[in-house]
Amino acid sequence: MIVRGHERVLVQGITGRQATYWTARMQDYGTRVVAGVSPRKAGITHCGVPVFGSVREAAEHVPLDVSVLFVPPLSVKPAALDSVAAGVPKLVILTEHVPVRDTMHVIAAARKAGTEVVGPNTAGLVTPGESSVGFMPAFDPSIFRPGRVGVVSRSGSLGTLACLNIVRAGLGQSAFIGIGGDPVLGTRTRAALEVLERDKRTEAVVLIGEIGGDMEEDAAGYLPQMSKPVVAFVAGRASPPDRRMGHAGAIFQGDRGSYSSKRQALEGAGAVVLDTPSSIGPALLAMEKSDGIR
Amino acid sequence: MNIPEHAAKALLEDAGIPVPAGIVADSPQGAARAAARLGPVMVKAQIPAGGRGKSGGVQPASTPAEAHAVARSLLGSRISRHRVTGVLVEERVPVAQELYAAVLNHPAGPARRVVLSERGGVDIEETARTDPGSIRTLDIDPRTGLRPEAARRLVARTGVDAVAPAVADVLVRMDRLHRDSDAQLLEINPLAITDAGDMVALDCKLVIDAAAAARRPSLAAVAAPEPLTELEQAARDLGLQFVELDGEVGVLANGAGLTMTTMDVIVHLGGRPANFLEIGGDAYTKARPALEIVLAQRGLRSLVVNFCGAFARTDVMVDGLTEAWLELQPDVPAFFTIDGTGAAEARRMLEERLGLEPYPTMDQAITAALRADGRGAP
Repeated sequence: MIVRGHERVLVQGITGRQATYWTARMQDYGTRVVAGVSPRKAGITHCGVPVFGSVREAAEHVPLDVSVLFVPPLSVKPAALDSVAAGVPKLVILTEHVPVRDTMHVIAAARKAGTEVVGPNTAGLVTPGESSVGFMPAFDPSIFRPGRVGVVSRSGSLGTLACLNIVRAGLGQSAFIGIGGDPVLGTRTRAALEVLERDKRTEAVVLIGEIGGDMEEDAAGYLPQMSKPVVAFVAGRASPPDRRMGHAGAIFQGDRGSYSSKRQALEGAGAVVLDTPSSIGPALLAMEKSDGIR
Repeated sequence: MNIPEHAAKALLEDAGIPVPAGIVADSPQGAARAAARLGPVMVKAQIPAGGRGKSGGVQPASTPAEAHAVARSLLGSRISRHRVTGVLVEERVPVAQELYAAVLNHPAGPARRVVLSERGGVDIEETARTDPGSIRTLDIDPRTGLRPEAARRLVARTGVDAVAPAVADVLVRMDRLHRDSDAQLLEINPLAITDAGDMVALDCKLVIDAAAAARRPSLAAVAAPEPLTELEQAARDLGLQFVELDGEVGVLANGAGLTMTTMDVIVHLGGRPANFLEIGGDAYTKARPALEIVLAQRGLRSLVVNFCGAFARTDVMVDGLTEAWLELQPDVPAFFTIDGTGAAEARRMLEERLGLEPYPTMDQAITAALRADGRGAP
């Protein structure tokens, strides 16, 4: 799930306040936004692109590669199914608080149609120098610049901090993949690692996990098959059990989904697991000496 | 959202899954009256916590007087974090065999997963350790339901035979209830087979997806209240994600991941966080109420403000925060880090209004905050 500069992007819910602000940021960055959808405002032009009543209608007029959803939680399911039915190959669902039942339905329908899903509850995707889909600060050169490090993160804010530390170390990113903070996600940590392993421009991976669920343990099972080094930080070491820490997916009971379970799994599989995100840069530079990343 | 046992059992009954006759009581007298009607009973504390039986929350009573005594000892007591305000007084059922049955969301599928084991009455985690072979699972397409033939095939893989059709029927009904109530977990443990060969749900755990509360108002209305502190409740009412902890370093950050990480690094550098409080997401315009909540905590020696804006604009957060700071004039020293969306403007506001400069890294801000409260690195 790496977004490319040539890919044509549709914004669902484009006339909303946040969508308007972030569509303009994406356009400034160079993202090819080609159309929007807003069921009640079909026919107008907004942010310089035509607005359609549905994705199916938009797809009749413009070829589409990616659809990004800025729609309210209970509208995500119909909006996403509209994109799937229209044959859009990639969906990025930014919305938080989508009912899990709806998420599962959308992912099942998308798999059947061969559509990839990222999110829900993600800050989006960035490929520095090419494209930004979502609301990551791609435009800030102290945080994003083209390079060789692939980043996968459940959290937008912490993913931003990881990228900042990469640039501070004099490095840059090949791709940022925000997978989202929900318990059920279209692209899980392991699938994102598989994409970065295949990506020719990526030479090392920064994995930002957090407590809750089993995605880090699951991803650890893939690390031995990877040729690229992985530096990881897992948030939530100081969090108490049985409390939801902001993200719907960030809760653990007993050892299941706990910090120690994740750290053990990742270290056991050969990842360098850090105590603070400030060590991300130094850890990558140390690898650069031994493995030759740039 | 946790649905209390008695309310979950009412839903089971509506779904056609038999449950024992039971009466909810909130006083010892009520429990005694219930026992007088039902005969020998179990008295069960109505709290949404696992291990309730082990901590004495479920006790038998053979007479109304015994039920009175048990209820008196349970009501008003605390089991884990929960205060017992009600008991379920339930008829005792002669049990021939106990099964475990559950329907849950399986994120790795993703799919709805049906789980069945012949080992009922014990924790499924314990069974997973002691007898994993007894646990059978079936993943079903979340867009459809569990078909009766599929349920029968699942049951056929277990040792249950005489009542297999009845067990399969319960599983189909559980799956439908799970789907129609936007559940995360519907667990019947034990699912009892009585001496007469009937199915009865002896205990039930039902957890509803909080994101679906808006479209499940009747479930939200009966959900067990979360055991929040006064300040946590106040924050919840303001739409803020806040968890009170027992340290001295206040935390105010944006985004769940960054806020957890701020706490982690405080601990890593030798301090103790006072709280989790994030104002990312939809809440990034709520800097003022957030500051009031964090400052209302007792024993605060310093405050770490860590902003790394993506969706949450740091200029909007710092604007609200500095305005509130000037008005509230708190005497707690604050240590800032500001990066990401809107950072240049946010740093300028902090300098102009409070005369403060943010630290280049979170670790430096936290180190300074720990020094301010007299501990941590020199």
